[in-house]
Amino acid sequence: MRRGTRLGVGERRAVVLGLGVLAWIVGLLWIFPVAWTVFTSFKTEQDASAQTLHHSLSFGRYSDVSHSTPGTLSLQTAFMNSLVVVVVSTLIVLALALPAAYALAIRPIHRWRDVLFFFISTKFLPVVASIFPIYVYAEKWNLIGTRTVLIVLYIAINLPLAIWMTRSFFMEVPRELIEAAEIDGTNLFNQLRSVILPIVAPGIAATALLCVIFAWNEYFYALQLNFANGSTMPQWVITNVSTRGNFLAKLSAASVIACLPVVLAGWAAQKRMIRGLSMGALK
Amino acid sequence: LTAAAADVTVARGRVGDPFSSAWRRRLPLLPALLYVVAITQLPFVVSIYYSFTNLKDKTQSLVPEPTRFVGFANYRQIFSDPFFRQAVWTSVKMTVLAVVLSLIIGTLFAILLDRKFLGQGVIRTLLITPFLLMPVVAALIWKQQMFSSLFGVLNKVLNFLGFNSVAFISDHPLGSIVTVLAWQWTPFMMLIMLAGLQSQPTDIIEAANVDGASPVGIFRQLTLPHLRRYLELGALLGSIYIVQAFDAIDVMTGGGPGSTNVPYYVYQDSIGGGFRYGSASAYAIVVVIFSIIIATFALRVLLSLFKDEERA
Repeated sequence: MRRGTRLGVGERRAVVLGLGVLAWIVGLLWIFPVAWTVFTSFKTEQDASAQTLHHSLSFGRYSDVSHSTPGTLSLQTAFMNSLVVVVVSTLIVLALALPAAYALAIRPIHRWRDVLFFFISTKFLPVVASIFPIYVYAEKWNLIGTRTVLIVLYIAINLPLAIWMTRSFFMEVPRELIEAAEIDGTNLFNQLRSVILPIVAPGIAATALLCVIFAWNEYFYALQLNFANGSTMPQWVITNVSTRGNFLAKLSAASVIACLPVVLAGWAAQKRMIRGLSMGALK
Repeated sequence: LTAAAADVTVARGRVGDPFSSAWRRRLPLLPALLYVVAITQLPFVVSIYYSFTNLKDKTQSLVPEPTRFVGFANYRQIFSDPFFRQAVWTSVKMTVLAVVLSLIIGTLFAILLDRKFLGQGVIRTLLITPFLLMPVVAALIWKQQMFSSLFGVLNKVLNFLGFNSVAFISDHPLGSIVTVLAWQWTPFMMLIMLAGLQSQPTDIIEAANVDGASPVGIFRQLTLPHLRRYLELGALLGSIYIVQAFDAIDVMTGGGPGSTNVPYYVYQDSIGGGFRYGSASAYAIVVVIFSIIIATFALRVLLSLFKDEERA
């Protein structure tokens, strides 16, 4: 017990209980907009617009939004685009970040700290500072509207974060283990496989999840460079806003579909997420 | 692990292990380094070049103008542009309000969650959800479900309580956007402050308890000073992301009066319709100069936390 020495046992118990109840109330209030959207996604359009608590709930809106009218962006297309862009960019990020983290943590190069801070300083560069040349050259090389251009940019967005995060996990590998393996004559590949990898694997998984989250949610580049058939999930959600007729229930269903994969990934990675979000400064 | 240990390895590296030469050590780093330089630094240099020209998108004008050097004309135009000044002011207000609100609420949440109670893990998991939502979806949820004058839940509640409806987004565009940003970023601040609270040395607090210090006194004298750097870290990291906010503005107001921040203004001047890359680049360079000033402070805080971690 760290706190509350002046209170009696009964009073202290009441305070703890009260604070627990307060935390529940606050937590539920905070996610009310999310909960309400999930609820709305099961309603009919009429009930959704009236914001009523109605009993006829169904998956009807989910099947509505998955059958698109011809000529508009379909869920299938957007989902495949997002999936390919996110998976490919995350794999390349890891392929680049892991060797870099090795050179910054396990066998640190001279002036490794400068290199590390160079990487993170690129995150401070506003997107608008580089978007025009990227746009002009993407146009020149016929890359507008392709998955390739998004993959290239998402790697650049996530790489500094991934290097910082994986480096901080690599730092946790006890040096004695590596030295022992070296004395035993274990080659580099086997050192990586049987000594380093088992320790850093959960960290690599968390890093990958964070990269997936940022790439999946990205909207600015996707809007600028990929408005046509290469569009990703954020743009698909927006296509469900209609100026004619009610759309609230369909929009809610689309929102749930678009966010669910990433919310689940985030819940899974939450214990280690803070390290990535704080650029490895916090554990 | 200490920096000293790293130095030992560097020294050891010179005698007969497979990575003896400095370049073989640097090799694994090079692909990542070259990639980042090519995709982030080179375009920035090209942007500087553009900012001194009158470059426009060729496909967007009927009579293409030849691109030529205009010297500092684009920069002079910036300082006589009242709309840009307004956008800068909007950016400042939006960032400061969203960061301060999310930091205060996030700290309160962290204090609530820093003690055991039934369902602690569940509430923590629920609370981080807004941060995981696609920013576009978060903005749409608030715009269509909460704020909408026609179907909005908030107006239904207001009417039920006997108040008149409020046109949240059209009458308070900045406030609406700040609400959504703060709602999404509060969980982020909460996680940082929670890490701060949990890293508090318990022995000192126990000693204070034994000496009969009051809980409020302990919080003010011990916890708050300890949390200071975490507050700084949260504020700076939050500012870096929020100052670049684009999605919420695009979805909620499309840059209406009072809600156009600098990134959105630059966007409207260029690929969002104006297609004046030359002048837009000059705006972007001015933004970069401001960002570098903020980033210098941010990196300093990060570096100090970072050195602590190594010493620990």
